[in-house]
Amino acid sequence: MQSPYLFETDEHADLRRTIGAFAKREIAPNALAWEEANEFDVGLYRKAGEVGFLGLGYAESLGGSGGDLSHVLVAAEAMLLEGHSVGTVVGVGSHSIAIPPIANLGTDLQKQRWVTPVLRGEKISALAVTEPGGGSDVAGLKTRAVRDGDHYVVTGSKTFITSGARADFVTCAVRTGEAGHGGISLMVIERGTPGFLVSKRLHKMGWWASDTAELTFDECRVPAENLLGEEGSAFVAIMMNFANERILISAQCVAIAQLALTETSRYVREREAFGKPLNGFQVTRHKLAEMVTRLAAARALVHEVTVRHLRGESVAALAAMTKNTCTDMCSFVVDQAVQLHGGYGYMREFVVERLYRDARLYPIGGGTREIMNEVISKYSGV
Amino acid sequence: MKILVPLKRTADPDNANKVKIAPGGGKIVTDGLEPKPNPFDEYAVETALRLTENGTNPKVRLAGDSVVIVSMGPKESAATIRQALAMGADSGLVYETTDEALDGDLVARALARVVAQEKPDLVVMGKQAVDGDSNQVGQILAERLGWPSATFAMSIELSADKKSVIVGREVDGGVIKLKLTLPAVVTVDLRIVSPKSVSNNVTPATHAYQDGARYAPLPMIMAAKKKPIAEAPFASLGEQGLTTTYLRFEQPPSRKAGIKVKDVAELVQRLRSEAKVL
Repeated sequence: MQSPYLFETDEHADLRRTIGAFAKREIAPNALAWEEANEFDVGLYRKAGEVGFLGLGYAESLGGSGGDLSHVLVAAEAMLLEGHSVGTVVGVGSHSIAIPPIANLGTDLQKQRWVTPVLRGEKISALAVTEPGGGSDVAGLKTRAVRDGDHYVVTGSKTFITSGARADFVTCAVRTGEAGHGGISLMVIERGTPGFLVSKRLHKMGWWASDTAELTFDECRVPAENLLGEEGSAFVAIMMNFANERILISAQCVAIAQLALTETSRYVREREAFGKPLNGFQVTRHKLAEMVTRLAAARALVHEVTVRHLRGESVAALAAMTKNTCTDMCSFVVDQAVQLHGGYGYMREFVVERLYRDARLYPIGGGTREIMNEVISKYSGV
Repeated sequence: MKILVPLKRTADPDNANKVKIAPGGGKIVTDGLEPKPNPFDEYAVETALRLTENGTNPKVRLAGDSVVIVSMGPKESAATIRQALAMGADSGLVYETTDEALDGDLVARALARVVAQEKPDLVVMGKQAVDGDSNQVGQILAERLGWPSATFAMSIELSADKKSVIVGREVDGGVIKLKLTLPAVVTVDLRIVSPKSVSNNVTPATHAYQDGARYAPLPMIMAAKKKPIAEAPFASLGEQGLTTTYLRFEQPPSRKAGIKVKDVAELVQRLRSEAKVL
C-alpha cells in the first residue's frame, strides 16, 4: 500500500531498506520506552552516524554520505515507518536544521570543527532561533551579542529548542546590529561556555522521545571566530533554512500519516464488530479511502516541491503551501486513525494515540499555519 | 583468498503469513510481498566480508581477497545481489531461470559447475533458505565437489596461512570445533554474525563487530552500481532435471479457538474424554 515518491530510484529503494532495517532493530524495540522516558538513548546518535543517516545530503569530503534532499526525505520516512517513534526521529535529526547554516556560511575550519563530528554522530547539534518573547518574528529577535575584543558577549534566551538539553553546541541567531532583519547574525555557541545554561527541559504534548529545552545566555562569552559568515548577514540564511525545514516537515507529515494509515488498515482487518471485521463496513472503507486520497495528494505536492527545490528554483511559496497541505492532511489522517481504533486509539500503547499527539506540532512548528499564509500571499504573486 | 557466496532471493520472511497457495495447491503464491535476500545468506555475506577485511577498516578488502555473490532465479535477482554488493562484496553472477524450475539438488549441481569455473577457496552459504527450508544445498554441494564441509556454523576462524578454517557448531551441551582444510563448504547459522564470531588473524581480536549483518550506507549503495554483475541463462551451466516433484501444497490447518474450563475437575475430565491425553 505504501507508495514511494515519484522521484525515487533503485538507490532510494536500497536506502529505504537500509534505514528501515536499522530503525526496526535499533528504534522500534525501544520506541514506547523512549517516548515514556521523554528521551531516547543518546548512543543512537553514533549508530545513526555509522549507518550514514546523519550524513545524508552532505558531501563525503565533509564526512557526509552524499545524496541530496530527496535521500534525506526518504531515509527519514523509512526511519519513522519502521521505528514508530516520531520524537526519536526528529531528535536524532535535529542536525538537519542546525547544520545547514554552518555548511552554507561557515569556513572550512568551522565545518571541520562542527559539521563533520555531527555527521558522524560524535556531537549533537541544535538550532536556536525562537525566543520566549516571540517565535515567528525572526526580524524582531532580542538576544544580543555585543563585540568585546576577541569575543561576543551574548545575553538573552531561546526556547522550544529541539535537542537543546543534550546539544554539544547550538547554531544560534543573535542580534549584533540595529533593529530589524539587517542586524541579525548566526554563531555557534558551545555547551560549557560560561554563561550558557539549559534553563528548563520542556514538557510537550507530543514528540516525547525528543528533548526540548529553554536556553539562557547570561553574559555568555563566545569567541568571535564562532560567528558564521558576515555580521548582520544571517536573516537570508535563516529564511533559506526555513524553506528546507518546511519541506522536511511536510515529508514528516506524509510519513506520520502513512504510518497511521498502515496501522489503521491492519487494525480494521483484525478487529471485529457486529460479527464481521471493521473493514467489512462501507463506512470504514470510505474513511480509509478519504485518508489515503488526501495522503496521495500531499505526497504528490512534496514530490513537486522537492524536485523544484533540487532544480534550484525558488520555492518559498510552494514550500509554505506544501507545509499547510501536509499538516492539514496529517491532522485529518491521525484523527481518523484514532477514530477507527475506537477506545484503543485513546490508549498509550497504541501507536496511533502517539501519532495523534505528535501531529499537533506540525501546524505550529517551522512557521505556523498563519505565517505560512503570510508567506504564500507575499511570494505566490496572488 | 576468494569466497563464493550463493544468495537466494526470497519473499519477505517478515510477512510469511501473507504467503498463499494457488487454487488447486499447485504452487505457492508470494504476490505483493517484497523480495528480500534470504536472511541466512545475508549472514553468509557478512561472514565472507569479515573474513576478507580488517574489521577496523571495513571499506577495503584485504589484498588479493574477493567475495563473489552467485544467485539462481529470476532476472530480478540482480537487484538482490546489488544489495550484497552495497554491503561490500566485489562482484555478482546471476543464472536466470524461474524458482519453480529449481530444487535443492539441481541448485547444488549447478553450484558445483559455478565452483569449477570460479575456483573459490571457500564457499560460505546460509544453512537453508527461509522459504523452502530444505537445508540440503550446502551438503549436496560439498558431496559433489568432494570438499570437506561444516554446517550450522556459529563461529569461523581462518588460519594465518589461509589454508584451513576452524568452524564452531553448537551442539547439545557445548560447541564442537571442526578443522577444515580448504577448499571447503561452510553453511552458517544465525550466531555467525555475533560481534566476535568471525576471526581472520588480521582484524584485531579486540575488535567487536556490530551484531547482525551490516547496513549498506548510501555511498556504498552508489558504489555498488559500478560493480560488475554477470548475467547468463541457467541452462548455460549444463545442469537440468529436477529430482524432487512437488505434488501439492496445503495450508496448515488453522488453529481452533480454545475453551475455558470452570475448575480442575472439568479440566481433568476434558483431558480424559476429549483430548484423550490422560
